[in-house]
Amino acid sequence: MENYTIIPFMTVLGILFVAGGMIGSWILSYSSPDNEHKNLVYECGELTIGQTHVRFKVGYYIFALIFMIFDVETLFLFPCVRIYNDVANGLIAGLSISTVMVELVVFFVILAFGLLYAWRKGVLKWS
Amino acid sequence: MEIDINKYPTTNAIGDYVRQLMGVEHKLLATVIDYSMAALGLVIFVSITALFLVYAERKVCAHFQARLGPMRVGYHGILQALADGVKLFFKEGLRPKDSDAVVFYLAPMIPMMATFLILSILPFDHHLQVTDLDGGILFVIAISGFSTFGLLTAGWASNNKYSMIGSMRAAAQMISYEISVALSLLLVVLLSGETSLMKIVYSQQGTVADWWIFKAPVAGFLGAVVFTISSIAETNRGPFDMAEAESELTAGFHTEYSGITFSMFFLAEFMAMFIASALVATCFLGGFLAPQFGVDALDSLLILVPGFVWFLIKAYAVIFVFMWIRWTFPRLRVDQLMAFEWKFLLPVALLNLVFGAVLVAMGWIL
Repeated sequence: MENYTIIPFMTVLGILFVAGGMIGSWILSYSSPDNEHKNLVYECGELTIGQTHVRFKVGYYIFALIFMIFDVETLFLFPCVRIYNDVANGLIAGLSISTVMVELVVFFVILAFGLLYAWRKGVLKWS
Repeated sequence: MEIDINKYPTTNAIGDYVRQLMGVEHKLLATVIDYSMAALGLVIFVSITALFLVYAERKVCAHFQARLGPMRVGYHGILQALADGVKLFFKEGLRPKDSDAVVFYLAPMIPMMATFLILSILPFDHHLQVTDLDGGILFVIAISGFSTFGLLTAGWASNNKYSMIGSMRAAAQMISYEISVALSLLLVVLLSGETSLMKIVYSQQGTVADWWIFKAPVAGFLGAVVFTISSIAETNRGPFDMAEAESELTAGFHTEYSGITFSMFFLAEFMAMFIASALVATCFLGGFLAPQFGVDALDSLLILVPGFVWFLIKAYAVIFVFMWIRWTFPRLRVDQLMAFEWKFLLPVALLNLVFGAVLVAMGWIL
């Protein structure tokens, strides 16, 4: 578990790297005098009309949902895939490789049906 | 000298060296030295790699288009990237009004965090790795999804419509392609039965034919190809650069970023490219192991080259393929992009994983 202390350490390092750069640049950079156009939102020379944080297309949400399914499925697969080689080499008692393979394939078939269902329902179509 | 890797939290040759030089035995002090050496090493590595990659990208792009590229600053423009970096550092950072200040400045930190986290578990050489996590592959899968947040928050906080659309596209694209990245990494776990990156490299010991790209017939090669394609999409590079399609969205999610905040996104993007290619090298091309061909005279010469040189050679070879693809293919449309992942790449990756399972079960691994 000791190795995992690197995670908070590297997280802080990443933050400090960027924050250090920002502070250094803020001290050293030239700042032009303020005027009313300086901090306008970039819009090809026009003024922005209306709100930016509007309701967004639902298509993104649906793809995010399917992503969730497949990401969780990856997590489910992970332990199975991890011991697969050991089972094939007979290192784990009481588990034969044919059983594990059939179970893995059954899992994939169920998953493939899910994907096919979404496909048939037109979820995967970007419109 | 044999270093006891279990004694200290990091397997870092630089840290080991400094620790021995100072004769430090106390555990806490040793940890502090290890971590600071790791931090120093990674910061230097990130800066140099990013500068080199920016220069390489511009030169490779120029020569693909029969131009010369940067030529003025230094010999053949070799200092151009450094000059650009200095320029960006001294530029004023602008923040549009009505933007969310906190989120706006937090956003560039997230991709950089992900970069440092993944770099800290990459095996550069036998003893040149910050730390070796047991669940290295799982960690990579988890963290690679992390930089999506950076892009999403950057686009949202900018209060610019181009940024908003760009970041939404980036998020949709990155989460989609993440699945085929994860599935091809799972293939490597399945073939090798290991989850730590160092052990995956060691599982490829032997000749070139023992690298996973060749060792598992068809499955290894297919896995490497799927991983490469989806990594290109995951790092938002052409032909999948929907998130920053210049002709439609100005600059996508970083339209409003300037100066140092922009260069941090830029840096993180180039480092993401390096990490993706380094993962291809680690998982499929034998990592830091020297290529061996079974010819004694040649092998004894090749093994003289240090491991991290081989690692960098392999990683940069894959980076060259990334650049080659970028400057060869035209940009996809957003619906083509999603269809390509969900209707082609994902089924291929799934079938490939099943095929790999059959290969292992039948003992058909070469």
